[in-house]
Amino acid sequence: MATRFEVNGKAVEVAVEPRLTLADCLRHVLRLTGTHVGCEHGVCGACTVLLDGEAVRACLLLAVQAEGRSITTIEGLSSDEDLTPLQKSFRKHHALQCGFCTPGMITTAHALLSEEPDCDADRVREVLSGNLCRCTGYISIVEAVLDARSAYRKDGAGEPKQSRSRERDRVGAHGASRDDGREPR
Amino acid sequence: MKLPAFDYACPTTLAEAVTLLAAHEDAKVLAGGQSLVPMLAFRVTAPSLLVDLGRLSGLKDIRIGDDGVRLGALVRWRDILDNAGLARAHPLLVAAVHHVAHYQIRNRGTVGGSIAHADPAAEMPGIVTACDAEIAVTGKAGTRVIPAAEFFVSALTTALAPDEIITEIHFPAWPAARRFGFEEFALRRGDFAIAAAAVFYDHNAAGRAINAHVGVIGVGDRPARIAAAEAVLNGAKVDADTIARAAAATSAAVTPQDDIHASAAYRRSLVGTMVERALLAATT
Amino acid sequence: MKNTFIGAPIERREDLRFVRGRGQYVDDLAPAGLLHAVILRSSVAHGRLHGVDASAALQIPGVRGVIAAKDMGERPPIIPMRLQPLPDFKPYEQPVIAADKVRYVGEPVAVVLADSAAIGEDALEAISVDIEPLPPVTDLAGAAAGASLLFEPTGTNIALKFRAERGDAAAAFKDAPYRRRERFKVQRHYGLTMEPRGLLAEWDAAVGILRVFGAAKVPFFNRRILAGQIGLPETAIDMVENDVGGGFGARGEFYPEDFLIPFAARHIGRPVKWIEDRRENLMTMNHAREAEVDVEIACTRDGKILGLRGNAYTDMGAYMRTNGAVGSRNIAQFMSGPYRIENIDIDTTLFMTNKTPVGTYRGPGRFETDFFRERLLDLVAKDLRLDPIEFRRRNLVADAEMPYRLATITPFESKDELDSGDYAATLDRCLAEIGWNEKRKLQGRLIDGRYHGLALGCFIEGGAAGPKETAKVALNDDATFTVSMGSSAVGQGVETVFAQIAADALEVPLDRIREVLHGSTAYLTEGYGAYHSRSVVMGGSALLDAVEKFRAALRAEAGKRLGCTAEGVKIGDDKVKGVDGRALPLKDFAGIAAEGFFLNKKHTWTYGAHAAHVTVDAKTGRVEILDYVAVEDVGRIINPLTLKGQVIGSLVQGLGGAFLEHLVYDEHGQLLTGSLMDYLLPTASDFPNLRSFATDQKPSPINPLGAKGAGEGGMIAAGGVMANAVANALADFGVEPRELPLSPPRVWEMINAARQTKQAAE
Repeated sequence: MATRFEVNGKAVEVAVEPRLTLADCLRHVLRLTGTHVGCEHGVCGACTVLLDGEAVRACLLLAVQAEGRSITTIEGLSSDEDLTPLQKSFRKHHALQCGFCTPGMITTAHALLSEEPDCDADRVREVLSGNLCRCTGYISIVEAVLDARSAYRKDGAGEPKQSRSRERDRVGAHGASRDDGREPR
Repeated sequence: MKLPAFDYACPTTLAEAVTLLAAHEDAKVLAGGQSLVPMLAFRVTAPSLLVDLGRLSGLKDIRIGDDGVRLGALVRWRDILDNAGLARAHPLLVAAVHHVAHYQIRNRGTVGGSIAHADPAAEMPGIVTACDAEIAVTGKAGTRVIPAAEFFVSALTTALAPDEIITEIHFPAWPAARRFGFEEFALRRGDFAIAAAAVFYDHNAAGRAINAHVGVIGVGDRPARIAAAEAVLNGAKVDADTIARAAAATSAAVTPQDDIHASAAYRRSLVGTMVERALLAATT
Repeated sequence: MKNTFIGAPIERREDLRFVRGRGQYVDDLAPAGLLHAVILRSSVAHGRLHGVDASAALQIPGVRGVIAAKDMGERPPIIPMRLQPLPDFKPYEQPVIAADKVRYVGEPVAVVLADSAAIGEDALEAISVDIEPLPPVTDLAGAAAGASLLFEPTGTNIALKFRAERGDAAAAFKDAPYRRRERFKVQRHYGLTMEPRGLLAEWDAAVGILRVFGAAKVPFFNRRILAGQIGLPETAIDMVENDVGGGFGARGEFYPEDFLIPFAARHIGRPVKWIEDRRENLMTMNHAREAEVDVEIACTRDGKILGLRGNAYTDMGAYMRTNGAVGSRNIAQFMSGPYRIENIDIDTTLFMTNKTPVGTYRGPGRFETDFFRERLLDLVAKDLRLDPIEFRRRNLVADAEMPYRLATITPFESKDELDSGDYAATLDRCLAEIGWNEKRKLQGRLIDGRYHGLALGCFIEGGAAGPKETAKVALNDDATFTVSMGSSAVGQGVETVFAQIAADALEVPLDRIREVLHGSTAYLTEGYGAYHSRSVVMGGSALLDAVEKFRAALRAEAGKRLGCTAEGVKIGDDKVKGVDGRALPLKDFAGIAAEGFFLNKKHTWTYGAHAAHVTVDAKTGRVEILDYVAVEDVGRIINPLTLKGQVIGSLVQGLGGAFLEHLVYDEHGQLLTGSLMDYLLPTASDFPNLRSFATDQKPSPINPLGAKGAGEGGMIAAGGVMANAVANALADFGVEPRELPLSPPRVWEMINAARQTKQAAE
């Protein structure tokens, strides 16, 4: 089925079988491999993307259901120039080890902080309880999200929040640019 | 765990959706997909056609009126939590939805989907049962209203005909002075309940409980009201002794099964504790 | 060598790609012409395999081939054991695909190659498999009875017995004034990784090279096995380590698919990718931990432990996998833990059952024995009316006794000794951090409907397995360095910690370490990998050796160019100076490289103590942790940030094992917990109150870094501490947990049983 939607600010059209999940469509058709698939039955949260700004599990959504909608993936919440305040906070607090759950953690936390920049630790824990991490034990992830709140407060002193629409389009360019993040310098 | 092949239709009118369902014997309705898609992934169901309700208009409204609360079938969990009016119009519903699944699921999962799925440990079937809600459905033969007590047949089985679609759930009006409590025990936050209790009652002029409703989930093949516990409450002063008797009556009335997560004996005891705690919450 | 970066909380360089979703895991690869492999697995736990008919599946459009045992010559290859490869285990090793028998649900029976994984899964339903069911063996009793045998020619379901001996246990028990004998049990659970396993194999027929992506943990060892099985020289196989989404002992061992996927790629002449799905992961990745013990302790009345003896019984599942014996062996050896127990006689009997084969999971044998031993110690302390802390303190191995010999394991004669440690110091620190003296007043008290309990436990954590590790340092033409390591990354941050070590050894700024390459077989001629908390100690020590050799080579070359002896050359961070003061830029020496290695036969022993304060809701059985303190001494700390990550991460895994995680089988050998809705992992809201403290009082004397392996200690003490805390909270009821997990239903049932016992007595 021909399906049209927007990914990270760019219009895309894909021809997919109805049975293809949005997660597999993003990863294997659009080659946006930052969205990870950890369970394919809606428990682990690694595939979390934003659907019209709301966090959803991409493994429980058919690609054809995305028709006319706007999807944001981890690639859309990232830039080449610098890490976002949320990403910096994850790094600062050592809120990741193997990195597999991380994109889902960040998309989920981004959705949460965009809507509730004043959420408390218990709310962060409640929201993140839908995202499994096997490496960190979660404590550092909760700290990282709490520490990033200031960046999402509109009146606060934090850094301005990343706007989805201004993000650089990365559709299709992922394979070629995968090493961008490797440079320690 | 790739989904089996199926056709997909995304009708824009209810009539069209019903026609599609009627024409395909093994078609399934896709609402939020939060239960159906995992079942497809495990290939425990393999419909030939999915009828996506996502583009139907008119099923997404929350209407609060003198006759109670009407939830369109496609109202999502987050819509309930975001609706400021519901906190007063139906606080028990809101309390229960706070236990439903996780953040991402609440952005997709729908009340109609949950009721149609009929998991015996899910909150929404429990709440509609506890509250004597009515479920409006539309099929080829027209529209009918099914009382919650007749809707749930057994685990994952309902009174819905294959061509019927849930359109609305109607909760009777909720008096402001009503006492209520919702208690749930799950192994982890957001998991299906091992057991949960939804209770409410009103007070008569003498300060005694009337119109008591005790609903439970997780302890049978469908949600249930516990008449024996309600009988303990009706006409009684809701004190520690009454609460203990209502809890005991609940434990005595249910017939849970052993499963990998909990024994029947545990669930039986636990559901009494849930009723006890929900009633304690109601009195305070 | 400087000490600028070692010991500092350096933010990880890996994170720059991971937080942007730019990691590259094996499923992110998609070469042209790719086919997808889907594996048909036995749905029967035990049976004779009479045939596989794939003719209908081959008619499905998009199905390109189906491979079964008959396609692999006379007999399919067998997967040899990597650790403890004793001759006794040979009959129990796993073939890469079922040929004549199936022995667990999930065993590979056929491989479908298709244009997509979805089509491959469609094809599974079209393959008919003829299996004649045999009675399944699903528990230790069934295995011991031997009425049904997994491997008929051996005549038994017992693969082996390990024995741990020290001193004269029989004599110690004969005259002991006090003895206590107990049975304990730990449930089957496993090192689930968030990224399921996956492999991509490409056979480049033109040059005769087989490339296998998705390698992890021990790529060099796995290459050796694969080369032998597939009939290629090792040099014709490239194992490529991509980003790896977690290891925990389970990922990266040689599994059946590690042969099947490369074989399929060569067989069909196209790249083949297999990505394990979560259901497969739950039923095929190495399970772990399932063990029972019947153990007896002898003490003096004032609490000196005289001896420990007994039997352990481990459920190995259907085959002896590559590291399947490690947990059983360790259960025998580590029953004594950090305590001075002079007389030991422990047998571990390994039983074969029709369940998924077992392997290691972080802290193998140590998590189990800490639960067994620390429970036993608390029971003894109660009997003897001793303070459980003082009882422990009195028996901890003292600093002055180091090195301290552990019980010797037979067969596979294996001697070991604790290297260094002040065990009482971490115990005291732990008591101080949790505020034991104040909090102990709450012991057993009922407050607001919750019973309070506190407990403390001690542990040791082995690390730094030999025999060897390798490293290479090369100077680039921009005066940066490339470091290559024989160790592997499984998410623990090796790029960062090796960069820290390299920068300090080379005495250059951190950003001059341009890259740290690891894992893949292309960088070095040999490597050993990531297990037994060995990467920092073994790899780091090899790296020091490589740097030393690099600097010697640089001095020699600079001496030539500067006209002085090598000894006269001074190496600055971007210049090299001769004796006459002349200097050359470092970058002029680009191309100089040196390889180093580190050999080791001994182990490092991190040690520590955990204490916790819990409440128990007696009506629901829910245990809540109000405070948990983990203290451990890890020798020299390389990166406190990543160290803390290891401790808290492994602690939460340990708490998962203590409370949640359980692989449940029915009597037919069917796995009942085949989804993440039923196999319960800890989530962000389960264990919020955890604190960890690392000390560096006792550097290891057995390696130049002074470091000790520290990836596993966090989880080792968790089960014992939690069980003792629950026992103490529920002392009024007389509840004594003897089995994990302490799920709410089990805790409630213990309370209920204790109540009924009490009522019957009254």
